[in-house]
Amino acid sequence: MNTVGSVIRRRNDEASGALIGYLPVGFPTFDESVEAAVAMVENGVDILELGLPYSDPVMDGPVIQAATQQALANGFRLSDGFEAVRRITERVDAPVLIMTYWNPVVQYGVDRFADDLVAAGGAGLITPDLIPDEGAAWIAASERTGLDRVFLAAPTSTDARIRQVIDASRGFVYAVSTMGITGARSDVDRAARTLVERLSAAGAPASCVGVGISTAAQVAEVLAYAEGAIVGSALVNALATGGVAAVGELAAELARGTRA
Amino acid sequence: MALRAQTGPYFGDFGGRFVPESLVAALDELGEAYDLAKLDPAFGEELAELGRSYTGRPSIITEVPRFAAHAGGARVILKREDLNHTGSHKINNVLGQALLTKRIGKTRVIAETGAGQHGVATATAAALFGLDCVIYMGEVDTERQALNVARMRLLGAEVIAVTAGSRTLKDAINEAMRDWVTNVETTNYIFGTVAGPHPFPEMVRDFQKIIGEEARQQVIDLTGGLPTAVAACVGGGSNAIGIFHAFLDDEGVALYGFEAGGEGAETERHAATITKGRPGVLHGARSYLLQDEDGQTIESHSISAGLDYPGVGPEHSWLAALGRANYRPVTDDAAMQALRLLTRTEGIIPAIESAHALAGALELGRELGPEATILVNLSGRGDKDMDTAAHYFELYDRENAR
Repeated sequence: MNTVGSVIRRRNDEASGALIGYLPVGFPTFDESVEAAVAMVENGVDILELGLPYSDPVMDGPVIQAATQQALANGFRLSDGFEAVRRITERVDAPVLIMTYWNPVVQYGVDRFADDLVAAGGAGLITPDLIPDEGAAWIAASERTGLDRVFLAAPTSTDARIRQVIDASRGFVYAVSTMGITGARSDVDRAARTLVERLSAAGAPASCVGVGISTAAQVAEVLAYAEGAIVGSALVNALATGGVAAVGELAAELARGTRA
Repeated sequence: MALRAQTGPYFGDFGGRFVPESLVAALDELGEAYDLAKLDPAFGEELAELGRSYTGRPSIITEVPRFAAHAGGARVILKREDLNHTGSHKINNVLGQALLTKRIGKTRVIAETGAGQHGVATATAAALFGLDCVIYMGEVDTERQALNVARMRLLGAEVIAVTAGSRTLKDAINEAMRDWVTNVETTNYIFGTVAGPHPFPEMVRDFQKIIGEEARQQVIDLTGGLPTAVAACVGGGSNAIGIFHAFLDDEGVALYGFEAGGEGAETERHAATITKGRPGVLHGARSYLLQDEDGQTIESHSISAGLDYPGVGPEHSWLAALGRANYRPVTDDAAMQALRLLTRTEGIIPAIESAHALAGALELGRELGPEATILVNLSGRGDKDMDTAAHYFELYDRENAR
């Protein structure tokens, strides 16, 4: 079975690193979000990050906010998230991580959420507003079920907090490239390289850089020092403007950045 | 342990820090600066002097017998936070946080605002201390509180109308947090209520608890004893914690928080978070909130922008869980009737927010009877609400009505 860790290792052996692509479930429709996710993998995305739309997404910029707001208006339910994981993992073998704000997991029940994610074939969770300090219930549930847990590290994180994030994470550490929210940026911050260097020095097995990456050149630049590059808003924007075909084209283009 | 001694990050099962890692360093910096400031007599003295010479502290209390005649004959005493500079209790917290901003060397402040009172107070402090200031306000609120938007702009603040989500206070908080994540090196977030991640619930409470400390002694001086009950409106809950805190360990004093019942707590259009919500995580803390089965925040409704919030501070959730404070809903109409009653009987025009506490006091007085003394936090004045009141009570001449 392809785990997040094994895929990242393999892509670092055979290429310059892993490409991780984000899309929210239910945008523009449930079916199109599934098709777009499959298209990403078929065009070279190694790991999927599926976002669960949430009413108060404090880490997200305008592109993802608009998409998730539309998905909620269309009637997105948490059960759709599990169904999307199931449909995607039936068709492609890339690991699928769920990106979710914390309250939906709490309300669903942390253990029930973990069990249902395993049953659907999901690989784990990326939790943008859960820090390890508050993560005891999720760490226990993921230990029990074997799910990966991706916590975030930021340029402002202290050395002690970086060690805490590394210890708590499994799969990879999500290195927030710049101080800010999601959204394409013309240049990925120098802070990302420094952060990844600090993570490596502190023993992180894998760091993937996200926030602000939108081009193959940026993917290549990031993979020169990190184990993975995460692209979100650019893919969502492609889906919004050009549909599933545009997502596939952008994914193929971004994947060229992993071969440099 | 005395209830008054409780500090963050947790109030029982409530509170904590559910935030992006990017904000942890800023919250730690703020928390450490606050812990040092608490121990520094110079900080306390500077804040007290601002209270005396700028805000107008101590605020007075006013007994309102003509209003109380409608409250079962109980004595009703108002704590007059409406007389503070800028027109509400919000200035107490803002001056404290603005002083802290100076201490940590940041030059830009941001804030969220619902009714505009916290935004006005923050813009005022920014003018006083020479700080750059950006206020986030839901687009719906900029329309119903246009006067306060103008006040903030006149004070030199940039007001950004937030068009995401429900376009009210909760979305303004989201947008302010996004700004903070992006600009944390130069920017301090002056949070307006006792919600949010640690250290905000504890720190904002500490800056507001002067309300109850003054009022407790003032009521004793006036009546010879403690009040039977203390009443305050609750949105996020800063004015309520401010007046409750001094009484938390006075077992004989009942504490009542009045939430915005909107069109009725039994309808879907209200902001009665503790009455109708359940525990969850919103805006960085675990507390009661209005949410659907999936944990999506439900849009609240209140005629009062300042109470139109689907969350509540964690210390209130704790006090509710302990049974130390009682929380009840008050409808839009009951609040508006109480607003008019206080105006007509006493010549005091309250904010619609505070009118929820007045409506609650009318109800409490009838329950508690003529032996009772009810202390009400009159947290703000009604100038900002004249347009809403004029439409509600049809006070404009027809040809002038908008």
